[in-house]
Amino acid sequence: MKEDPGLRRDNFDRERFLERLALMHRIRAFEEEAIAGQKEGLVLGAIHPSIGQEAVAAGVCGNLETADLMLSTHRGHGHTLAKGADALAMMRELFGREGGTCGGKGGSMHIADFGVGMLGANGVVGANIPIATGAAHALKLQGSRQIVTCIFGDGAVNRGPFMEGLNWARVFDLPVLFVCEDNNFSATTRTRDMTGGAGAGARAESLGIDTAEVDGNDLIAVDAAARVAIEAVRAGQGPRFLTCHTYRMTGHTSVDPAAYRPAQEVEEWRGNDPIARLEVALRMAGIEEAQLTDLHRTEAAAMADIARTARETDWPEAVGAFTDVQDVGDPRERAY
Amino acid sequence: MTNSTYLEAGRRAVIEEMERDPSVWALGEDLGRGGVFGQYKGLQDMFGAGRIADTPISEACIMGAAVGAAMTGTRPIVEMRFSDFALCAIDELVNQAAKARFMFGGQMRVPLVVREPVGMWRSSAAQHSQSLESWYTHIPGLVVVAPATPADNLGLLKSAIRCDDPVVYMEHKNLWALEGELPEGEHIVPLGKADIAREGRDATLVTWSGMRQGCLKAAETLSAEGIEAEVIDLRTLWPWDRDTVMASVEKTGRLVVVHEAVAVSGFGAEIAASVAEALHFRLKAPVARLGAPRIPIAYAPTMEDEARVSPQRIVAAVRKTVQPAEVS
Repeated sequence: MKEDPGLRRDNFDRERFLERLALMHRIRAFEEEAIAGQKEGLVLGAIHPSIGQEAVAAGVCGNLETADLMLSTHRGHGHTLAKGADALAMMRELFGREGGTCGGKGGSMHIADFGVGMLGANGVVGANIPIATGAAHALKLQGSRQIVTCIFGDGAVNRGPFMEGLNWARVFDLPVLFVCEDNNFSATTRTRDMTGGAGAGARAESLGIDTAEVDGNDLIAVDAAARVAIEAVRAGQGPRFLTCHTYRMTGHTSVDPAAYRPAQEVEEWRGNDPIARLEVALRMAGIEEAQLTDLHRTEAAAMADIARTARETDWPEAVGAFTDVQDVGDPRERAY
Repeated sequence: MTNSTYLEAGRRAVIEEMERDPSVWALGEDLGRGGVFGQYKGLQDMFGAGRIADTPISEACIMGAAVGAAMTGTRPIVEMRFSDFALCAIDELVNQAAKARFMFGGQMRVPLVVREPVGMWRSSAAQHSQSLESWYTHIPGLVVVAPATPADNLGLLKSAIRCDDPVVYMEHKNLWALEGELPEGEHIVPLGKADIAREGRDATLVTWSGMRQGCLKAAETLSAEGIEAEVIDLRTLWPWDRDTVMASVEKTGRLVVVHEAVAVSGFGAEIAASVAEALHFRLKAPVARLGAPRIPIAYAPTMEDEARVSPQRIVAAVRKTVQPAEVS
């Protein structure tokens, strides 16, 4: 990586980026523990890792307030941690244990933490877009200064709700930031082979939404682009759209070997790792190697503790299968 | 008491609940001009374009936005225009609205009402005539309501708007002009309570929505023959009022379930099976169900009528149940 003279500026916010680096390590450690946990049978269902994409979560969410709302995808561990959800509760959720974020009812694909404004991952690609739009619609009706951020993948731009939601947000001038986390793949198919025209940003622009594109593996760039977009949204300028170009280092799920990708392409992206890139920038800004190493070790050790605690947690009571269904009507009808 | 149409009763329910609770709002196509049937006439003048929101023809986004808005402290009334069009928003209703509360471990609720007019109405053919209530009764998390009278459309819609669960609210298009008495003052009809529309000792007719009228007509004809049919209008399909139905069938010993929807896998099958399971040894005749044949609804009246459960067909089914030996 070439040295960027901008990084030597006096106003380079070391503390901010060290904090972001710690978060990126936390996200990666979480997913590495989850993948290890799946091999051991502790993670019960499918997980969709975001390893290699951490700068998008950390860069975007670092510009949000706790009261702001965020919606994520099936590949949402990073976004959820970055929004401030508790990693132990999340790990318990993946392990299907008591005290999980959703009490063990949702698992990886349905993690939500309304206490920190995280309105849910979603098992259906693109389904979070209309929901985010509606949350923003409610905020506007309420005269709130909160905003909504909706993160989705490049595969979502080929679903109808993408067009419906973006058009709606423009028509009603809603306080919502749409973030397309473009990792090049729609499940196991290359997105550009399945997408007409110039793709995500061009489609947003055709609906009258101002867009920006950024190197999604460059935390500093994502942070700057997200700040500009979020300030505009919060200022009442209506929706904004941000495309972050990144790469999914794992397969679609943790058990997908992703043999459909050339090894050389994967290796090239490995050399473009967002954590390593931010470390380079911090070194150039004068941060000592020992501090960077220590920061990584601290996060990895904390996550190992979290995984240990999660595996020792009890299973939820079976009776929970009948709670939180609905108020009217008895969910126990025909229960065994 | 005041006289009102079924349509006007629904409009009054929306006005009363919007006046009572500032978090209630409505969204859908053409609402500013009163909605496709006039159910929202004048409401945008009363409440403004923010709370009576005109939307693009984007059913998935109308429903999905309502889910997000319901999670964010408001109580949306979703107008789907025709229940047939609501099929464009099935993911948003079935995968999102119905499941969010459970999936997220009870962190929030999704208090919304989906108004989706159902039923056969003036040669409207296969994509504007369906009764798909049984689809929704199958989905955990949803409440399903099908009012049949003006008073019930007032009282049930108010209950639906106050309910913290997502409610699929199916008004029948052929009933819009139906007139009836509305009580003065606040009128609430609880969800899950059936209405005994007519008492009788010989057979129980269980029905809802547009078929309430057909059943009452059939009961009059049968009464002239000396057969007294009890007509139960379920009003709410999920949860359905088991106690009222079982008590009636215990009394009459005979059950005919009547609905406009296709008979195959219709909600009548659930009621027939439940009664057969619970009251097998009390039944004097096999349970019967009437619904439409499994055909798309045609345009021309001659063919359209083949899908219609007429009072004559109901009468014939009850006669067969009451006098099985004479019919075969």
